[in-house]
Amino acid sequence: MTSLLVIVVLVLLGIAIWQLTKIFHLTQIGAATYNENPEVATDKDNTVNGYLMFGFLAFIYIFTIYSLLKWGHLVLGTPASEHGPQYDNLMTISMWLIFITQTLTQFLLHYFAFKYKGKKGQVAFYYADNDKLEFIWTIIPVIVLAGLILYGLYAWTNIMFIEEEAKEDAVYVEVYAKQFSWEVRYAGADGKLGKANVRYIEGVNTLGVDMSDPNAQDDIQASELHLPKGKQIIFKFRSQDVLHSAYMPHFRAQMNVVPGMVTQFGFVPTVTTEEMRQDAAIMSKVAHINEIRSKKSAELVADGGTALEPYTFDYLLLCNKICGASHYNMQMKIVVEDEATFNKWLKDKKSLGVAVKESKEQPAAPAEGEAAPVEKDTTNAAQADSTKVVAQVIKK
Amino acid sequence: MSAVGHDEIHAHEGHDHHDHHHKQTFIEKYIFSLDHKMIAKQYLLTGTIMGIIGIIMSLLFRMQIAWPEESFTIFNVLLGDKFAPDGVMRNDIYLALVTIHGTIMVFFVLTAGLSGTFSNLLIPLQIGARDMASGFMNMLSYWLFFLSAVIMICSLFVEAGPASAGWTIYPPLSALPQAIGGSGMGMTLWLVSMAIFIASSLMGSLNYVVTVINLRTKGMSMTRLPLTIWALFVTAVIGIVSFPVLLSAALLLIMDRSFGTSFFLSDIYIAGDVLHYQGGSPVLFEHLFWFLGHPEVYIVILPAMGLVSEIMTSNARKPIFGYRAMIASILAIAFLSTIVWGHHMFISGMNPFLGSVFTFTTLLIAIPSAVKAFNWITTLWRGNLQMNPAMLFSIGFVSTFITGGLTGIILGDSTLDINVHDTYFVVAHFHLVMGISALYGMFAGIYHWFPKLYGRMMNKTLGYIHFWITAVCAYGVFFPMHFVGMAGLPRRYYTNSAFPLFDDLADVNVIITMFALIGAAFQLVFLWNFFYSIFKGKKAIQNPWRANTLEWTTPVEHIHGNWPGEIPEVYRWPYDYSKPGHDDDFVPQTVPMKEGEEELHHS
Repeated sequence: MTSLLVIVVLVLLGIAIWQLTKIFHLTQIGAATYNENPEVATDKDNTVNGYLMFGFLAFIYIFTIYSLLKWGHLVLGTPASEHGPQYDNLMTISMWLIFITQTLTQFLLHYFAFKYKGKKGQVAFYYADNDKLEFIWTIIPVIVLAGLILYGLYAWTNIMFIEEEAKEDAVYVEVYAKQFSWEVRYAGADGKLGKANVRYIEGVNTLGVDMSDPNAQDDIQASELHLPKGKQIIFKFRSQDVLHSAYMPHFRAQMNVVPGMVTQFGFVPTVTTEEMRQDAAIMSKVAHINEIRSKKSAELVADGGTALEPYTFDYLLLCNKICGASHYNMQMKIVVEDEATFNKWLKDKKSLGVAVKESKEQPAAPAEGEAAPVEKDTTNAAQADSTKVVAQVIKK
Repeated sequence: MSAVGHDEIHAHEGHDHHDHHHKQTFIEKYIFSLDHKMIAKQYLLTGTIMGIIGIIMSLLFRMQIAWPEESFTIFNVLLGDKFAPDGVMRNDIYLALVTIHGTIMVFFVLTAGLSGTFSNLLIPLQIGARDMASGFMNMLSYWLFFLSAVIMICSLFVEAGPASAGWTIYPPLSALPQAIGGSGMGMTLWLVSMAIFIASSLMGSLNYVVTVINLRTKGMSMTRLPLTIWALFVTAVIGIVSFPVLLSAALLLIMDRSFGTSFFLSDIYIAGDVLHYQGGSPVLFEHLFWFLGHPEVYIVILPAMGLVSEIMTSNARKPIFGYRAMIASILAIAFLSTIVWGHHMFISGMNPFLGSVFTFTTLLIAIPSAVKAFNWITTLWRGNLQMNPAMLFSIGFVSTFITGGLTGIILGDSTLDINVHDTYFVVAHFHLVMGISALYGMFAGIYHWFPKLYGRMMNKTLGYIHFWITAVCAYGVFFPMHFVGMAGLPRRYYTNSAFPLFDDLADVNVIITMFALIGAAFQLVFLWNFFYSIFKGKKAIQNPWRANTLEWTTPVEHIHGNWPGEIPEVYRWPYDYSKPGHDDDFVPQTVPMKEGEEELHHS
């Protein structure tokens, strides 16, 4: 009963307020028509906002400088590939250009906004066009951009088209992507990667290498990417499921990994992992990260968790194309070492031919990534290779 | 109200509104309205609601980035127990949020909300037409848009989650439910929604183009059109050219998903099974997608440019500088926008020679963009700037357009793209140049044409607060993001601390998120101002900004047919502000040239 009473009172109160506002509005009618153009900027608004425009210019400048000082060190440092310095050089030129243009144009924009803030009685200058001016600021970007385009295309051609001589002595590496890990395959002694197609995936042959291809026998599979310093590396990228992107930021290298297709990228690593760990910028970065991690560890331990491992620098290959739920953790360690160490590392590995043979001899041994055996259709599978299109559909 | 208008219209010849004698019912007037002004309001309201959803999503995933895998009650409340168990956002739901945020903001807010609202409102009003060429198709266009929005929202409630393959929905990820949960029912709804959206957009665009070409009033030659109309007109043309390509991509993807074809898929081994797909190519999808996708960013930014040009000139009390150059650069941008799509694909595995070609065309587009920026700056020079909120947003637009546009020089260069592709550098770039800039254009448009939309004024003080906080926060969010990107951090990472390489970026990410939260909170000021002013704002006069264009010659109260009596005739271009020899600092287009008066501009 009381609750009903409360509701009734509230409703009546609401009606009363509604009626009051109505009366209030009725009394305002005369006044409202008197103010003929409300909510339009007055001279005072113009002045205040004009000054704020100037203040905003200061904000942009100060924020830029602050960001450069505070976060400038986060930007990737010494490049670890042969084309890296050229890349960084082009980046530096573009950045200078951007900062100069940004500083000037933002100044003009905000300064004019401040300087010509409206005042009663001030008359704007009727100035509709000027061919000369417009020509000037068309031609300046044309010239500057022409320069940038030429330099950019020169660098692009250098990076993307590998010379024939370099190819002869190159190390061929297949980088194989799957949700959510990477694998690698080296071409072995013959320098040729055997053909492959996901339809050959079976047991230890997780990359789907065509074991009937003679080039495939000496291929070597690994789960860590080792690269010899100073040698031309040619990457062949394959994916077994969705799009991935092989991103090696320290080498200024990236290429998408496309199922059904082999993509390619090449570079020459120039700084070994050990050397990079001695790089001044990397050392301070590592020290900084370890400071953060030890702080976090202290908190974790206090909460009864385990402490984080201290960080030592390693090159990483990251996935940089959205590929599924665990995209964020799809990475692989890259080790750059001198050629002798690399060769020794590679020699200790079993060749694919041997590995497959061994696994077949011990059929009981559960193979990693055991798959439903793919039916070997002799007419098709014999030539299946993801570089070539096979028209027939194979479905088990 | 409108009945009065009709009677007056009927007093004059040449108008066939005979079937409108009866008083409109609520449904006719507010729901299935054929009137372009009401349809504009419907677009604006729907766009605003979608915008709120899109921005809330961005806040959720920004919180996850700043404080990875921490538990928040708000996650639990908004996402539910399944998507955020114990208040910790699931990793695939993070991707779903990123995907739907992108989709909603690009298509539903900045395409339909921005160009839909202002094309509908301004095209008939500024060219002097009674309504769109086809009012019925216009209504259909809105309702299809509404339907697609509803379907998109419905997809959020699918059990396995909404589409989560990124707003670019690259297959195979978007085609295989085995690859990510969202690629099941969620992606189906996404595709259906987008197919309807495209149909809606095409109907709208065709209508805009036909209206601009055929229904201009007497004297309104193409070179007397306000730049708004030029921008909206060209936007509609780009839409007609490019949206059908997305539709074909969507249809082929639907075929791959549901009917076992192999347009985009080949050689796939997933969840222990070899799939039957053979011979398709995901790169083909990328070409089709970006053939729309790139023009799409201009579909988003051109209307904003048009609105800003108009608002800036009327608030500067000064003609736009270089009217011809402005039109030429709109046309140049429109043309170039259709031949630069490959710059999204430099490292997709396509032939590197193509990369060279696309670098060339992409950097070319910087030229008309630079011309526009310089022309806006010159428009301010020696003006008499009226600092209305719309003007502030217009100046803010030029500022963020320059800041964001400049980094395009890096991303458009195939070489430099190698190492910043798909990092936060890209995120910073496109948010500034098209996200924030287009939103500023939209805000400017809303503040400026609010009196035309609702017959009332928005509160200017709240407008100032809204602008200044937004301006600071927008830079606060996206400027530091460039550094995060140049540190090599890939976008769309659920957490950046799964391995130690990016541990030192954590504090920057917290700062970015703080700016985002504050910036978003102050959008409530705008929302309050917007909705309050619709009902309680101060009554507007007919031409509050003392502007030249035709829409300000219509009565404040909306009438069907726009002008009581005859459609006004146009005698001059729309930018005669502060023209010497006139008493006022503006000369509306309807004022005949005085005897001996010269055109002081070239057109």
